[in-house]
Amino acid sequence: MSLANPQKFGATSAATVTERLTSGRRHVGDSLIEFGLLAALASALLILLALILSVLENAWPVLSTRFGDFLSSGLDASDASSAGVWQAMRGTLTMAIIVSLVAFPLGVACAVYLEEYAGKSTLARLTRINVRNLAGVPSIVYGILGLAVFVKFAGGFTGGRTVIAGGLTLSVLVLPIVIITASEALRAVPRSIREGALGVGATQWETIRSHVLPAAAPGILTGTVLSLSRAAGEAAPLLLVGGVTGLLTTGNQGLWEQITKGGFTSMPVAIFSYARQTGADFREVTGAASLVLLVLVVLINAIAILLRNRFEKRW
Amino acid sequence: MKIFFLTAAATTFLITVLIIYTLVKDAWGFFIDVPKADLWSLGWFPRRGFFDIKTLIMGSLIVTGIAMLIAVPIGLGSAIYLSEFAKPRVRKVLKPIVEILSGIPSVVLGYFAISFINPNIIVRFFDSANKAFNIAAAGVAVGILTIPIITSVAEDALRAVPNALREASFGLGARRVSTTFRVVFPAAISGIVAALILGISRAIGETMVVAIAAGAVGGGLFSLDPFQPGQTMTAAMAALGFGSDQVAGSGLAFQSLYFIGFVLFIITFLLNLVGDRLVRRVREEY
Repeated sequence: MSLANPQKFGATSAATVTERLTSGRRHVGDSLIEFGLLAALASALLILLALILSVLENAWPVLSTRFGDFLSSGLDASDASSAGVWQAMRGTLTMAIIVSLVAFPLGVACAVYLEEYAGKSTLARLTRINVRNLAGVPSIVYGILGLAVFVKFAGGFTGGRTVIAGGLTLSVLVLPIVIITASEALRAVPRSIREGALGVGATQWETIRSHVLPAAAPGILTGTVLSLSRAAGEAAPLLLVGGVTGLLTTGNQGLWEQITKGGFTSMPVAIFSYARQTGADFREVTGAASLVLLVLVVLINAIAILLRNRFEKRW
Repeated sequence: MKIFFLTAAATTFLITVLIIYTLVKDAWGFFIDVPKADLWSLGWFPRRGFFDIKTLIMGSLIVTGIAMLIAVPIGLGSAIYLSEFAKPRVRKVLKPIVEILSGIPSVVLGYFAISFINPNIIVRFFDSANKAFNIAAAGVAVGILTIPIITSVAEDALRAVPNALREASFGLGARRVSTTFRVVFPAAISGIVAALILGISRAIGETMVVAIAAGAVGGGLFSLDPFQPGQTMTAAMAALGFGSDQVAGSGLAFQSLYFIGFVLFIITFLLNLVGDRLVRRVREEY
């Protein structure tokens, strides 16, 4: 910018600024761009709407005529009119319990180590990088891990291709998510709480147990519940560790035998197997199963969001 | 107590080591045993000994490309709108939409691809498209799955840009659109790139949508036509695993599962590493 005539330059730019700030005119090009950005967001909403309506439309013939029957009858790849999802519901529930028992304690413990004990050590830094990387590993790769470790190597304990192997595989899959969300919840607890407890003579473990963990509990809970919905919707790794995709005939033995022996399936796996059948009637069965899973997952997510809103603390 | 928590943290390393060990061991075994000519042949037919890896990689790339055509404009546009234009109240209402989208199971999107996207969009606009299964429909559905990741990472990056920069720009008389695209966007660029990279990584690793909607479950010829059935790395793995190809548990065909898994792992690992670095950089700068 020339300094030869600073007076003049100062005057014009000041006038420009004043004009721009006070004129209040809408710039047409700008409005178009803003509209385009809003349209992007609106199309996300539209996609969601189309998805829900389309699934509902396909599911309706089954839901309106035999909803209870659909939930209570077994997997059937030969006759769409009597096909149902009860083994799949049971499998999903069993695996959700296994995930809660394995991934939650392990993940929260790991997060406590990272946030409360490790500080800024190299080991902590490496662990964080490792966890973030694990969170990005494609789910089907976890299937390979489950196949090699839980089905083959630890087959004596899990019984091979059983619901236990499936549940453990899903636990490993959601572990990074539990660790990341639990870490965030712990990090949000202010330092003053820790210092207060330590200052009156509590040991570090007492501080964590009685002050930090209770304060972080809502956040931890929300994260773990969300990871549960991720586990409930996952199918790819289960295909590799033995989720049954065709006709599942087991299901009449005792509970323990069901768990430790042979075939299992889950809601997403059942949807996959129904989607591979041809014919309009199976399309409807797939739609009904999809809707049941969708409701299940949205319900879990809604619980998580409610928990967050209800217990969220602002420090 | 510290030892207990340390052990928990150590299991995460154990998981990584086990993943790499299993993949490397069996992928290497496959690589030694397979006749090298079969790795570059007509197509992917593991049962007949054709292990053409380029069929799978090209399939994955085409699906990812189509997914990005959908996810980048919608994802980035939503992120920019939410971060720079939406009023706080509007944002509070609109943001959950993206969050709900991220919670939809991929099998359901796979079903949406064959029951809605293909008949109503792809087949309607492209006459040559396969009526039942094709790569394009799968790609669109994978794109829908990728939108939330791109939106959330990009929005975080945009919101991390300090307000001082915006205020300085407004103070010079710049309009909101110029401020957004000339000041805020460039300042957040590494986070935006990270969003795209993480989105690509997610799209490459997506399995169920492709397994349901792309057809060609058992195998497929090398093809670059997005409107025909095709095979991706992930779908090929799923097919080998659940045995629609009737090879589960036996021989070279089954071992190829580990080989593709290894290739997939390396690709996504590198993408995630770069993406993660860029996300960190945004946080450190401001």
